This record gives sequence, structure tokens and C-alpha cells, in this order.
Amino acid sequence: MSEAMNVHSGVAAAHAVHHDDHGHHEQSFISKYVFSMDHKTIGKQFLITGMVWAIIGGLFSVLFRLQLGYPDQSFPILETFFGHWAKGGQIQPEFYYGLVTMHGTVLVFFVLTAGLSGTFANLLIPLQIGARDMASPFLNMLSYWFFFIAGIVMLASIFVHTGPASGGWTMYPPLSALRQAGEGQKIGTDLWLISMALFIVSSLLGGLNYISTILNMRTKGMSMTRLPLPIWAMFFTAVLGVLSFPVLLSGAILLLFDRNLGTSFYLSDIVINGEILPNEGGSAILYQHLFWFLGHPEVYIILLPAMGMVSEILSVNSRKPIFGYMAMLGSLFAIAILAFLVWAHHMFVTGLNPFLGSVFVLLTLLIAVPSAIKVFNWLTTLWRGNIRFTPATLFAIGFVSLFISGGLTGIFLGNSTIDIHLHDTMFVVAHFHIVMGVASFFGMFAGVYHWFPKMFGRYLNNTLGYMHFWVTMIGAYLIFWPMHYQGLAGIPRRYLDKKGWVSFNQFGELDKMITVVSIIVFAVQLMFVFNFFYSIFKGRKVTTPNPWGANTLEWTTKINPGHGNWEGEIPEVHRWPYDYGKDGRDFIPQTEPVGANESKH
Amino acid sequence: MQTFFIVAILALGFLITFQIAKASEYVAVLRGYERSRKQTNKINGFMLLAFLIIGLIGVYYCNEKLKGKILGEPASDHGVLVDRMLYVTLAITFLVFIITQVALFWFSYKYQESDKRKAFYFPHNNKLELIWTVIPAITLTILVGFGIFYWFKITGDAPDDAMQVEVVGKQFGWEFRYPGKDGVLGKKYFKNVNPAANNPVGQIWDDRYNHDDVFVEQEMHLVVNKPVKLVIGAKDVIHDVGLAHFRMKMDAVPGTPTTMWFTPKYTTKQMKEKTGNPDFVYEISCDQMCGKGHWSMRGTIVVETQEEFDAWLASKKPQYYVANPDKDPSVKKDSVIASAPVTGAVINR
Repeated sequence: MSEAMNVHSGVAAAHAVHHDDHGHHEQSFISKYVFSMDHKTIGKQFLITGMVWAIIGGLFSVLFRLQLGYPDQSFPILETFFGHWAKGGQIQPEFYYGLVTMHGTVLVFFVLTAGLSGTFANLLIPLQIGARDMASPFLNMLSYWFFFIAGIVMLASIFVHTGPASGGWTMYPPLSALRQAGEGQKIGTDLWLISMALFIVSSLLGGLNYISTILNMRTKGMSMTRLPLPIWAMFFTAVLGVLSFPVLLSGAILLLFDRNLGTSFYLSDIVINGEILPNEGGSAILYQHLFWFLGHPEVYIILLPAMGMVSEILSVNSRKPIFGYMAMLGSLFAIAILAFLVWAHHMFVTGLNPFLGSVFVLLTLLIAVPSAIKVFNWLTTLWRGNIRFTPATLFAIGFVSLFISGGLTGIFLGNSTIDIHLHDTMFVVAHFHIVMGVASFFGMFAGVYHWFPKMFGRYLNNTLGYMHFWVTMIGAYLIFWPMHYQGLAGIPRRYLDKKGWVSFNQFGELDKMITVVSIIVFAVQLMFVFNFFYSIFKGRKVTTPNPWGANTLEWTTKINPGHGNWEGEIPEVHRWPYDYGKDGRDFIPQTEPVGANESKH
Repeated sequence: MQTFFIVAILALGFLITFQIAKASEYVAVLRGYERSRKQTNKINGFMLLAFLIIGLIGVYYCNEKLKGKILGEPASDHGVLVDRMLYVTLAITFLVFIITQVALFWFSYKYQESDKRKAFYFPHNNKLELIWTVIPAITLTILVGFGIFYWFKITGDAPDDAMQVEVVGKQFGWEFRYPGKDGVLGKKYFKNVNPAANNPVGQIWDDRYNHDDVFVEQEMHLVVNKPVKLVIGAKDVIHDVGLAHFRMKMDAVPGTPTTMWFTPKYTTKQMKEKTGNPDFVYEISCDQMCGKGHWSMRGTIVVETQEEFDAWLASKKPQYYVANPDKDPSVKKDSVIASAPVTGAVINR
């Protein structure tokens, strides 16, 4: 079978026949839906697991927003569910920090890394490059199951007696290295580190697979410059992950050593709770370098797939080629390179050498140039188009809007002078939630609405889709736009009650508003989840193989493609994927040979 | 009971929304899918335009409502630079924000699907692409230039006449040490830390620079218009000395001392008048997650005139004498003899 995956176009036909023979025998439920090696099924597994985690992570944020909006109010129901963590119906500080930490970890890694690129890299790479499956379907399956086990370990950490890790999602030592520092620094942190290690394994298996598939298994005629932009985005994402995740792994393992084996990688000169520790000579800042060497590329690991999908969806639905394909490619490449050279902008106020700081200012603000190119190209793609507002299109437009808003505040934070004031304030929270969190979520939603017909052969309910978009869009701005002002006032992150402060106690009403809106937005996401599962079984059926009139290869398969994707030969590619509106024709699929009289671009 | 009602209302809301959504799909089928799709398209196109207009009004309203609650006048010379940089950046980014958001939503509205229009085949244009590569690059170069210029001013060496204060963060509070008359902070070693023996920061008593160092907790005193250099450390985990009014911030890292310097521009009293708030006080906030008490790790700063400061400092006994009363000249001779056996047991490593 895996021989057949190494598609060599010359012998593709022979293999295809071979493949069809295999397609006949019945797969058991286990091998079809559980331990499946079909990239489409694995993609769906990533998506559904990601959705479960998104609900958990989102629920956590609702809980701590309750505390932030109503610090004095008692919610007896919380005590019913969480016992001494919410004594008297009020969220206790340990619980609050556990929630914040888990919210960050779950959303960044489990939802927006695994759930987003895991889903769409798996689904789209073989379908859009014209391959029967991934280079190694088995490793691909392992990738999902490592992710699953990582999830189980993380979930278990929530239920241990001393609670989950609570040192913030960045898990800085010495706080995270010392059991004496708090409840969450006990077994919860060990479980967090183990879970992350498993997650990194999953991510590496996935990433290597994506890279080798894209490089080796493109169908005949599918040169690299004919690849649809989502594939390019996934490719750079995978490269970023493969190069940076091992660094986080080393950081996490050294931290495990410091915690359990008495080493002093990160520890020096510590007196905690009156106890003098023997460690000398370590550097707490070393961890931050290791962490952010992943942590910053991670932002782009999250964002690039969303960018790729948004490019595709905007082009398809404005019935117009993506503007500046090569510039889009170049800017993706520039972002991928720069992503590795900006990590220390998270560390301007750690006592970093000011000269080094200035170099990172330069490199950080440099990244705004390729980002600006992308934005202008998206705008020009819409310009003089003929735009169909499917829910996917709306989410893609919303993505661009959020990416602009959140990207511009990045220019504040990347400038070390301003960062002195804004570092670790609510401004940062607002910034990264808009540009990385909500924007990537919008990319993901756009992808789900757009490729749902390919995944399940049915449509999502449009009306619910439009409601989902509008409430989320308005809600996202209502939640995060005013939050910048809190940051400008200097309110630090992770403050669960500001009553004791003279300087930070002026935003009570605002915090209430944000809490109410976030509950509404959360409810609407549940509605989307309902729509998702309902539509899998009861949605309107897709009746044509190419419902959006798109050029890319996934729409040349059957409505419900089996394992192997194409019956018979894999189609050959003759052109780039963005010939929309050319020579008076609405769209020209990639499989159509270039005509004799066709105009050149 | 209340919870039950909320859940019931939510469930009902879901149900109704779902029924509407389902019904709309049936209507679409009955009326012809293509026709209802085009109608929805018009509605959404209009909504995008409405979102732009209402959104921009919202941005204005939000600013009117909140602008009085942020920043205030920077209370240090470095703070002036930070604020200037902030407003320059704000002006530029706001302009870009308006242009791009208006373009995004206006194009979406203007070029919504219509039977009369054909999409314009426009795959690339080198001139345009060059323009929007070069313009952001130039703008950013200006911002980087200003930023780095100010950054070096702020992080450069403190002037020679700057006073020094040591700041130490711990779970969950702040400790300060003043160098005393000699102007030099004595050496310390973390294994000497022993609050029970009145040595909370681990001073080495053999070092004579330590003999006049003054130790205080929670409240730091500074002199107006006199540069101050903070020598920052932490005992247990990473903390951060956040001074929102001075626009300054620096991590406190165990094992790796850090520094920052600035010049306070206004006394606490002046700030009370400027802000019109009789309760005004300069606060030190911990800005780096440090454990369950992070949100309440508060210190205060009193900025005062030189005379007030000198009087305050003179009222404090050097920690050396607190820890070794037998060495204290202000303690009567006979009491020293009474405690003579302790003399040999000077606490050091």
C-alpha cells in the first residue's frame, strides 16, 4: 500500500488499479475511524479533538472572566462543581492561575497548533498536491495518537489533588522549578512538562511527514510554484515546527531535571519560604531563551496556516486570482525566516543587554514589512472582484481585519522603548489575542466552512454560520479593543482583583462588559459546535463535486472520496491554481491544459 | 434557581435559533437556492459596511470614554520619552488602521457579487507591490530609529550623581536597601539570609560598606529630580519591578542582578495635586507571574524633597546595628557588656 503512495506519474495508472483492488475489502470500524491511516480521517480526528479542547479552554476563560468582571460576587454553583478551588463561590487565586495557565496552554498548543495545522495540513496537503496519502500514513497516525496521549496527560493534571500547572503558559522557572513555590508547582507541573514532551513528539512526526509529502509526492505538473497557497503555508509551518520544537523539548527536559534530579540549569541564589537552596550558577533567563526560540515561531506556526487558507478562500470567493502570488510566497518565506530572529523581543525587560535588545527591535519591526505586503495583497484581491459572502469568506475578511488591528499593536510592543511600559500588561493580552488567537480562529473557521463539504459531503447550516460570524466578529472587538486601554494604564497581566491598587482600579464597568460579551461569544461557539455535528449527519447534501467553483485538485475527487482520494489515475496539473475570471471564464481548473490562444499573465 | 433559569433561557435561545436556521434552509430550497443566496449576499455586504461605520464610531466612543483613565502625565524623564514614542507610533498606526480597514470593508461592500460585473483578472503588478513594500519599510525605519535612540538613552549608564537603591522581590512583597553615607551597597550572599537574625537580604557583616546600609520593607523613598539607580534582585522566583507612573519596568531575577535608572519629576504631593486624587500614591506592581499572590504584590514609593528624604533616612537605624546591637554606639555601654558573649558570634558565612 505504502508503495502505491510513492506516486510516480508514469506508473500511477498501474498503482491505481492496484489500489482499487485494496479498496474493495471492508475496513473494520477500528481501522476506519479509530486507528485510521487515511489522512482525511486523521485530519477530522485532529479537528474534533481540537474542538473538544477548544470548549474546555474556552470554558476556562469564561470562569476566570467571571472573577475579573465580578471580583466581589459569589457564584455558589462554582463551589458545587469545584469544591475548595472556589470556596464560598469565589475563585481562589491558585484556581485562577491554574485556569489561566491551562487556557493558554490548551488554546495555543492543543487547539491552534494541533487542531488548526493538524487538521488542515492533513486534509489539504494530499488533496491539493494530488497525492493518495501522506508520505508515511503510519507516522501520521502516530502523530495523532501522541497528541491524544499528550491530551490525556494534560487532562489528568487538571484532576490531581494539588491542581494543574499554574505558572503561566510560558512556565518560567524558578517558579515552575520549585515545588515550594505553590500548589500548582507540584505534580501538576511535572504532568504539564510530560504532556508537552509528548505533544512535541506528535508535532515533529506530523511536521516531517508534511514536509516530505509536499516535496516528494506532488502529482505530475504540480511544480512548487503551482502549489496553492495553503500548501505553501503548511510547508513553512512544518519547517518552523521541525526546527523550533526540539529547542522547547530541551528546555522542558532541563526543567524536569531541575525539578527532579537536583540539577541547577535554571536555579541560582534561591531562598524560598525561608529555606536556602543549595543551587548556584544556573540562569533563569536561559529557559526564556529556549522557550521563546520556540515560542515566537509558534506564533507563526499558528498564524501561517490561517493566512494560507484565507488567501485561498478570498481568491475563490472573489472569483479573482490571489494578487501577487509570488509576493505572497516571498512574504511567507520572509516571515518564516524572521520568525527565528525575533524571540528576544519577549525579553526586553529581563535585563537583556540593551545593544542586543536594539538588534531585536530592528528584526522585529522588519517582520511588519512582509505582513504589510500580505495585507495589501489581500485587499487588492478583493478589489474589483465579484465577491460571494459565504460564511467562509466572511471569516476570511474578518481574519484580515483582525490581523491588521492586532498587527499594528505589535509595532508598539516590538519597539523596546514602548515595551518598557507595555510589557506584561493587558495591552499584550489584547494584542496577541487579536492577532494570534482570534485571527487564527477566524482562519480555522473559514477553513472549516469552506472545506466542510469536502470532509463530510454536506454543507454546514448557512444561517447559523452567518450568526456565528457576526456575533464572534463583534464580540471579539468588544472584548479586546477596550482591553488595550487597560494596558496603557499599566495594569499588569494575570491580576485577578485590582481593588487593592490605587492606580489600576478604574475599569470595573469595563471588566463587567468584557465578561458578559465573552460569555455570549462562548455560547455562540457552542452553537457552531452543534451546527458542526448536526450537519455531519443532517446537513444539506452536496450535489456537485465542485460546489464553490474552485480550481484546486481536491474538488476533482468524488464528493466523498475514499482512501486513496482519486479513483483511477491521479489528475495531471497544467497551470497555477488561481485562474479565476481569466479570458472571460469564471474559473479554469488546474487540470485543464493551457489553450493555444490563452492570454499569458 | 437563578442558574436554572439562565440555563433554561439559554437552551430555549438555542432551540429557537436552530429552528429559524432550519426553516431558512427550507425556505431557500422552496424559493430557489440561487435566489435566496443572492439575497443573503446583499444582506451580508450591507452588514460589512454597517460594521465598518458603527465600528469606527465605536472606536471613537471607546476613546472618549476611556482616554481619561489611562497614562496621565509621565512622572519621570524617561517616561516622557516613552510617551512621546508611544504617541508617534499611535499616530502612524492609527492612520494605517483607518486606511486599511476602510479599504477592506468598502471593497467588500462595493465589489459584492453582481450579475452585471465580471471579476477583473489582476494577478500581479510589480509597481504596486514595490510601493507597498517600500513605504512600510521606510516608515518602520523611522520608528526603529527613534525607538533605538530613546532606548539607548533610557538603558544607558546612570549619571554619576545618581543615588542607589537595592530592590529585592520575594513572594509576595518588596524589600529595599539604601547604601547609607558611604554611597556603596555592601556585599551580600544568599546563604546569609536569615530574617530571624535580622539579616533579611543576606548582608556580609565583615564588609564594612555594609555597616551603614539601611533596610526597609514595602515603601521606597526617592528624591525628586535626583536620578536614582535601582539595583534589582529577587530571592525566590522571577518578579518584576513595574512602575507605571514612571513608565519603567525591569525584571527581578534570582541570581542575576539587573539595573534601571530614572529621574522622578514630581513629588508624591505634587502628583496628588496634578491628578486631583488625594489618595494618589506611586505604586510598585509585580509584572511577572510569581505565584498565587502575584496580583497583590504591591509596594509603594514616596517621592519627596531632599530635606524630607534626609530626615527620613536619618530616622532609620542601619541594619548592621539592628542585627548586632553590641556594635551600636547609640546603645549604652553597660548593655553592651551585658551582651558581650554575643560579640564573637558575628553572623557571616
